[in-house]
Order: sequence, then C-alpha cells, then structure tokens
Amino acid sequence: MTLLTIDGLGKSYGQVTALDDVSLRVEAGRRTAVVGPSGSGKTTLLRLIAGFEAPDRGRIEFDGVLMADGPAHVPAHRRGIGIVAQDGALFPHLSVAENIGFGIPRGTPDRERQIAELLDMVELDRPMLERRPHQLSGGQQQRVALARALGRKPRLILLDEPFSALDTGLRENMRKAVARVLQAAGITTILVTHDQTEALSFADQVAVLRGGRLVQAGTPRALYLQPRDRETALFLGDAVLLPALARDGHADCALGSVPIRPDRQGRVELMLRPEQIRLVHEETDGAGIGRVIDVEFGGAVCTVTVALEGTSLPLLTIKTSSLAPPGPGDRVRLDIDGSAHVLDAAEAA
Amino acid sequence: MGTSLRHDDGSLASLPPADGIVATTMLRRAPRLPYALARHPLVHLAAALVALASLLPLGFVVATTWEVGWETVRELVFRPRVGELLVNTVLLEATSVPIAIVVAVALAWLTERTDLPFARLWSWLAVAPLAVPAFVHSYAWISLAPGMRGLWSATFVSVIAYFPFLYLPVAATLRRLDPAIEDAAASLGLGPWRVFFRAILPQLRIAICGGSLLIGLHLLSEYGLYVMIRFDTFATAIVDQFQSAYNSPAANMLGGVLIACCLLLIGLEALLRGGERYARVGAGSARPAARRALGQWRLPALILPVVMAALTLGVPLWTLARWIVLGGTAIWPAEVLVTLLQTMALALAGGALATLAAAPMAWLSVRVPGRIQRVLEACHYYVGSLPGVVVALALVSLTVQYFLPLYQTYATLLVAYVLLFLPRAMVGLHASIAQAPVELERAAQALGRTPAQAVRQVTLRLAAPGVAASLALVALGITNELTATLMLAPNGVETLSTRFWSLTSEIDYVAAAPYAVMMVALSLPLTLLLHAQSTRVAGQ
Repeated sequence: MTLLTIDGLGKSYGQVTALDDVSLRVEAGRRTAVVGPSGSGKTTLLRLIAGFEAPDRGRIEFDGVLMADGPAHVPAHRRGIGIVAQDGALFPHLSVAENIGFGIPRGTPDRERQIAELLDMVELDRPMLERRPHQLSGGQQQRVALARALGRKPRLILLDEPFSALDTGLRENMRKAVARVLQAAGITTILVTHDQTEALSFADQVAVLRGGRLVQAGTPRALYLQPRDRETALFLGDAVLLPALARDGHADCALGSVPIRPDRQGRVELMLRPEQIRLVHEETDGAGIGRVIDVEFGGAVCTVTVALEGTSLPLLTIKTSSLAPPGPGDRVRLDIDGSAHVLDAAEAA
Repeated sequence: MGTSLRHDDGSLASLPPADGIVATTMLRRAPRLPYALARHPLVHLAAALVALASLLPLGFVVATTWEVGWETVRELVFRPRVGELLVNTVLLEATSVPIAIVVAVALAWLTERTDLPFARLWSWLAVAPLAVPAFVHSYAWISLAPGMRGLWSATFVSVIAYFPFLYLPVAATLRRLDPAIEDAAASLGLGPWRVFFRAILPQLRIAICGGSLLIGLHLLSEYGLYVMIRFDTFATAIVDQFQSAYNSPAANMLGGVLIACCLLLIGLEALLRGGERYARVGAGSARPAARRALGQWRLPALILPVVMAALTLGVPLWTLARWIVLGGTAIWPAEVLVTLLQTMALALAGGALATLAAAPMAWLSVRVPGRIQRVLEACHYYVGSLPGVVVALALVSLTVQYFLPLYQTYATLLVAYVLLFLPRAMVGLHASIAQAPVELERAAQALGRTPAQAVRQVTLRLAAPGVAASLALVALGITNELTATLMLAPNGVETLSTRFWSLTSEIDYVAAAPYAVMMVALSLPLTLLLHAQSTRVAGQ
C-alpha cells in the first residue's frame, strides 16, 4: 500500500530552484532514504513533506488525504507526521519526560506510563526522565527526540540527518537502533542524508537527488550496481569507468570483453565497481594487463593504482585484500567478476 | 538615579556571552586558589580594595542602623510615610514591569520573527528611546500635558523610558532561537499560538527576567522622572530629606529600606530565572529562522511599532524641537558651552578612573577565575545596581563624619561615579581581555619578549577597544547622571543634567531644552552601538 505519494513537486526560493518536478512513492512500513550532496534540495523536500513549508507546484498525498496541492497546504500541526531533526531540537526548557510527553495531551489516561514506555522503546534508562536536554549526550538527545516523535503514534517519521552530528562509532549504533525501533513499531520512515553509505545500509528504497531533481530511485542494490549516470555512480561509491564498444551482450574495453545486458549496441560507457576487479599476477602481454604504480596499505584492504598497458586511459584505483597484494612495478591481469553496467548514453563521454 | 542608560551594561550582561568567551573561561576554570593568590598578590590586593570600596554603601547603612539603635530604627522605619512609599513602589513595579514585558515581547516578536514591513527600522527605533534620559522623557510629557500626576502617569512614562531594556535581550534571544524547536512543536500537533506560548515564550524566560530586573532597579533608583510628575518614591523622599537636613537618620533609614528593596528584587530575579541553561542543545549550526507571514494582519500589526515610536521618540523630539524653535538663539548663552566642557571633563575623568578600578578584577576573572575571585567580582557588580541616591548618601555621611575636607569635592564625586558605573567598566574590559588569551602572551614570550613587553605588545593592544568601550560607557553614564551629582558636586560645578534639572525646577522649560538636546545627541551614538552589539552577539 502506498502511504505517501509525491507528484511533480517544485519549490523555488527567489531565483534559486530548490526542487524541480520531484515525484516519489513511499510504501507503508518501508524505509526510504533520500540522499544527495548538500544543496541538492533534500532538506526542502523533507520540510515540504512535514508541512513546514508549502510547495510552489505539485501534490503531496499522505495516507489517502491530499496534504498539499501547489501553495494550498495542510499545516504541519495537522498532519501527524513525526520528525527527528539533525540535533534533536529538544525543548531546552523542559525535562526529558516533559519533552517526550510534549505531543501527548495532558489528561490522557496513562500518560506517565506511555512516557516511560517510549523511553524504554528508545533504550534509555528510567532515571533519565528527570534530566535536562543539556545533560544528555548527542546520541541520547537523538533517542529522546525519536521517543518524542513516536509519542504521537505517527504513521510516518522523517529523519533529517539525525546521525550526522554523532561520532562515527556511535553513528552506526544509532542507525541500527533507530532502524530496529521503527521496524518494531511498523512506522514508515524517510531518512534524509548526504552520506551514501548510511542511505544504502538503512533503507529499502533509495532516492538520489541532485540539483533539485530526483535522478533515480530504487533498491540500494539496484542503485549501486546499475546507476543511471556517471554522477550517480560516483556519488554512491568508487567506480571504474571505461569506454567500450557494445555488441550482442558483450562490450570490448581495455580490460577485454565483458558481459553486459544485451540491449545496447555501439559506443557506450561501462561502469565497474572496484570490488568486481581481481588482480592476478601475470607476466604475459595482452588485453587487460597493467603495471602496478603504487600500493597503499589500509588495514583490511589495500588500494592499488594500476596503469593499463597500451592505452591512454587514466590510472585505475582498485581495492584488494591486503593478504597478498602485488608490489609496485608488478604486472597484473585484471579479471572481472560478474557483468559490467552500461551507463545512460546521454551521459556517456 | 536620573540616568536612562545606567544599566545598559547589565542588559547585555543578561545575554549569554559569545561562545568564544565562554570557551576561554571554561578552559581556565578553577586553578588552585592559594596558588593563584600567591602568583598575583598585587592584582588581588587591588581588586580586593575596589571590592571593599564597593561595599561602602551597604556597610554604611548597616553601621548607621547599628549606631542609632533598634528603637530609633523602629520609629523611623515603621511609620505611615514609609508604608506609603512602599505601597507606591510596589504599585509602580507591579504596573510598569508587566506592561513593559507585554510591549517588549510583542514588539520584539513582530520585528524579529514576522514579515512586518520595515522590521529593521522598527527594531532600531525600539532601542533609540534609551538615548533620551528618563527625566527628559517626563520633561517632554509634562510640557505636552502639564496635568500629568500620580501612579498611572508614572507607570506610563516609566514604560516608555525603560521598555528597551526588555526589548534588547528579548529580541536578541528571539533572533537566536533555533527554528527547529518550533518545527518540532508544530510536528507534535501544536498550532501557531500554542507554539508561541509553549515552545517560544518559555525560552524567553531568562531574557525577560534579566530585562525586568534592570527595569525594576531603575524604577527604584530613578529620581528626576518622578519628581516632575509628582509621584513619591523612596528616591524622591530621600533627596527631600537630604535637602532639609543632610546626614539625617531619617534619610539614612529610608536608604536602608531602598537597599533592601534592591536586594529583594535581585533575589526574586535569581529565584524566577532558575539555574537552567536555555541555550541551544546539540551541535551543528542553526538554520536562520523563517519569518512568519502576517497575511492580512501585516498592516494592522504596524500600529504597535508606530504608536510606540511616536510615544517614545516622537513626543520628546517634538517637544525639544518646539522649545528650541521658541527659544531661538537666546537660549544658547556661552554658559551652555562651559557646562558641556565641564561635563565632558568630569565624564572622561570618571570614565578613566572607573576603567582603571575595574581592570584588576576584570583581568582576574578572565585569567584566574575561582571562588574568591567570583565573590570579589560579585561585589563589583552589585554596587552598580544600587540607586545613586544611596551611594551619594553614604559618601556624604562618611565625608561629613570622618573626612570633612573631602565633602563636596571632585574626589568624592569621582568616587561616587566609579562605584555607580563599575559594572559598565567591567563589561567592556572583561570581553576584551577574554579575547587576548594567555597563550598569545606566552607565544610572544617564546618569541623573545619579556613578560612586560608581552603584556604591552599583545594583551594591551588586543584589549584596547574594550578599554575604549568601557571608558565611553562610563562617560555617557556620568553625562546623564543626576541624583548623585546633585548631592555631591562641589559648589558651582554643573553638568548637563544638573543644569537641565535646575532650569526645569524653575519651570524654565525653554532654557532647559539645549541641555536636553546635548544629552540626547551624546547618548545617541552609544545607543546605536548597543543595538549593533546585541545583534552581533546573536551572530548576525
């Protein structure tokens, strides 16, 4: 069932177009990540969904009810959509208990118990209830903000880069904890982030925004392995890009003949993820042979820079296991696992 | 106290200081006390002497109470006249402060958080009335409506003269509030009005408490304003007593009650403010707050700023202009120039002395903060909240009893100025010394400067703007000071404010106008600076 439908959404601030014709569907109970570099319009999209601002064009439908149709919109406090802001946005003048209970009307039976249960839900200890926001760590503030949003029993929760202010280690923990809590509560979630790893690991559906436009949406796997264009490919991870000549399910490139989907012919641009490439010691000449220029040890993985012989292609950087890495000056063969992905012709060089 | 700008330092002090200052103070928190004392014995001694001097007024009241004995105290304090004054004071505080809060919060909200037309202009105009001394405000109103008398007139003029003390901190806080908090409240189901009352107003508590205290203290110490509209307060009663017989136990006891009122207000504010931190929680930078669209209320909302500007600026300026035009050149005798020069000389001397007196404490509180230092610092600040009339009374009695040759000399007058404006001098110095961290001094020494050279070439250089600011703030306070100057000035010495005062007492409103104009003209640049500074504190 579709919980949220966004259709042709547009928003400008003066001369600057923040969002341009964005359409997206969010299924109930799923986790969606909206990812894009800063300035791509992802926070604007979130604010429009939450109802803090009205779009210039387009429609937002939530739970079968029209929320915005152009500038006419339902204000945030009547939408029942929860939000967890970047730094929690806890009310500094209220205790943790009062913060969590803020959205629960006074006089609700069991209010105290509900507050305590919400605190349990986000895995905080009961003594925490009396504390003030400034006495909490960043991660604890985020948990309280999540509990506060959950208190209204929303069908949709928006997460506005809630992990970006946290330390790396804590960030991963929080991400897992939040995913667990929301999964258990069966709440649909939209996460906005500029961190592609976070988006790929958190969500069932990832939507890539760039320059106010929705470039591509799909499962994390589909987006990572079959990005539509070069920018998306590079935004979601390291990539090796090669010009090639496609014919009948194969493409001839500097690494030899690589399998591709059979529907493309002629000059194309191939994308390979570095982990698809294996380096094998090889002293013969031929296609797909390169010379190792540099090896950078990085713990579990080594980064190997390779110059392909007999081509004028830029150097390739390939991540490989650091158990038996080649040495500088070695000649290696580049073997490819799986098939290569063909980028959209419009973007190909 | 007859100065409208006297506590502007306090109003800024009630804003949380800029982040950098907090950080540097925190870094050097709590070194071991005996060690700190032993390392800087002379600086501590100097600061302790100034702190001791600032305890003089309080000590004087306690000592006279002790001296005259309980019987006399009871006779002088528990009498209908004191009760009357107390009722007047309570009524004045209870009417003026709430009205000022409502006006200031409404105006600050409109200028800072809505799409009110010309919001920047109204924001400047809301602060500008501070450039007009309170007794000039009442002079303007009494010229316009000679029949103004009693409590409601007093309340009216007090709100007009003092509401900027609330507007400044409230506007600065509103500007700095994290809009994400309002978004959060809205997403939790609150409509715009409930967002304001449940999420925004509570966060203004510290600003409102601080501003209210400042106004409350001014109401207690103001003299000229209330004399003109014939409203009796402790300050006016003390000056009356003093003029009939100085060093009278009756005046001294009234002074004691007045000090008690001040301390009560300070305690009340501390109680209401609570020990909470209302600053923004969490890391990251706040998005600039969006202004709320007023829609169809956009034009009606203009009524408030327009009316306030007309009452607080229009009336004084119009009255002054009218008197000046009426008086022509006849009201500008050479005497005006003499008074101006005399005032400036006194103001600069007082400013320099106060800055010098505040320097040891300001340095200590930045470089070696600790418990003893905090107590000394509290003495420096508390004395500034005392009414000028009490400080003057104490100095008069002391000189008459023990150092008669010093009575009504420049020396006594300057001591009074130093005590009254010590907090002003502290604020500028403290901020600028905090901007010259000790690491820079050490770096200079590592580059081959002697410690003395390092202080001179680095710390003093960096602190210079703060020294200038302190000096200017104190000098301005002295220019507009009325009560203490009236009571302590040597014979024949007049400042702009006392000359203005004696002319208005003779109902020569026309001849008084040039002095008022000069006071306003001198105060205006500093008032605008204050506004700019509060905007900068808010990071904009």
